[in-house]
Amino acid sequence: MVVIRTLIPLLKGLAFTIKHLFVKPITYQYPEQRREVSERWRGLHRLKMDDGRLLCVACGLCEAVCPADVITVERTETEDGRSFPSRFDVEVTRCIFCGYCQEACPKDAIELTRNYDFCEYTREEFNLNRDQLAKIEEA
Amino acid sequence: MIPHPDPTQETLVLNMGPQHPSTHGVLRVLLKMDGEYVIEAEPVLGYGHRMHEKMGEVRSHNGFYANVGRMDYGGALSFAHGHVLAVERLSDIQVPERAEYIRVITTELNRVASHLLWIGAFLLDLGAFTPILYSFDDREIALDLLEHVTGARITFSYFRVGGVCNDIDEQFIEGTKKFIKRMRERIPMFHKLVTGNIIFRKRVEGIGIIDRDMALRYGVTGPMIRGSGIPYDIRKVEPYSVYPEFDFDIPTYDEGDCMARHKVRMDEIEQSLRIIEQGLEKLPDGPVMMEKVPKKVKSGPGDTFMSVEAARGELCYYLATDGTDTPYRMKIRSPSYSNLSILKEVTSGILLSDLVAVMGSMDLVIPEIDR
Repeated sequence: MVVIRTLIPLLKGLAFTIKHLFVKPITYQYPEQRREVSERWRGLHRLKMDDGRLLCVACGLCEAVCPADVITVERTETEDGRSFPSRFDVEVTRCIFCGYCQEACPKDAIELTRNYDFCEYTREEFNLNRDQLAKIEEA
Repeated sequence: MIPHPDPTQETLVLNMGPQHPSTHGVLRVLLKMDGEYVIEAEPVLGYGHRMHEKMGEVRSHNGFYANVGRMDYGGALSFAHGHVLAVERLSDIQVPERAEYIRVITTELNRVASHLLWIGAFLLDLGAFTPILYSFDDREIALDLLEHVTGARITFSYFRVGGVCNDIDEQFIEGTKKFIKRMRERIPMFHKLVTGNIIFRKRVEGIGIIDRDMALRYGVTGPMIRGSGIPYDIRKVEPYSVYPEFDFDIPTYDEGDCMARHKVRMDEIEQSLRIIEQGLEKLPDGPVMMEKVPKKVKSGPGDTFMSVEAARGELCYYLATDGTDTPYRMKIRSPSYSNLSILKEVTSGILLSDLVAVMGSMDLVIPEIDR
């Protein structure tokens, strides 16, 4: 009697599992099939360009607001008196992807892209500088 | 700390953890055992300590806010809610009503996701592999909805002092309504598959009984105290945010065993769905962020205390400030820490396999215990 009482729920569960064999799978075959992430996704950083010029004016607000202190900005001026970052470094491994920098930016110059899978072989390769950040494409 | 058992008594000292699958992280439990029976179980903490409270004292309120989600990866938004409410209470900031509704809706959605994570992990501890796949199927939808609004799946960083950073849109509202409908069909399925299952019932019924007195003595909160028959829920006993506007119940069970805690959490999912449903119905129009948010959230010297109901129990923030935008002292009372303290008393004399069931039913999140 105990055996039957134990077996019936087992078989019920098994029947439920077998039923799921014929349902469309909910998983993604990852490298071939990529998941669409939301428009607001906070992924790898990128510096926006306009006509080959960086939008960033090196005001340093992102540097000030960053809770993890991963952004380093140094300011310089072009000959026509425009502010310009001579240095803009992001240590991506230490970044916590909170999105404060893109919120703080008055020029909308830094944004977190939808790029969510980035990997390198060494830690140094994750210390992105200004030109590398500008080259990252919008995903 | 390390017990020295009498060798003539044939007791065995066993380390469960720090790397043990059923401790859900890096919790170490020192077990003094007699055969298969646990004489004493001593949790050893600190393997995942990251000095969150100290970080709260060197960073500004907004800077620390990014941390709070890291403490409880299961229900990050409840932790965020507590923090922003504490800071707002400290500096007398009024939040637009729509923002507060959005906070409650997303927090409750996160609570559902957290409980679904718990069901899967709890049953996995007990040796049932399949239910986690079904519960994660549902949790995935909740996380997708939250991702659509907040931009992240676990560490949301969505609330701000003074509101929320982004408004919710029609797609989120439609998706949430669909999710509620779907969950209402799935909960009976979970009950049929799990709660009524004789194997499961034999594992959890009458195991790890926490009576009312013991629960009160240890300051246990959340679904654990409600499983012992005490209807203690901060959302009702000390209402905050816009919770008084909603009609919902506090499920309680008197048995105090693992089964009661399981039933409480299952019923709580339904109650959270009710809150979300009402929230979407009543959602007022208006801004989601207060006008002129100060760049530095400052307040006069003073202190404040705020407690909210997180997915695992009562979560309290104590902030003392000397007038700058950085707290002088920050103390966090996290629910799992107090819930774990009961382990020693409740598990003495039970089987090792039942200890796993008891720990599973506590819904431990180790980063939140260690902080």
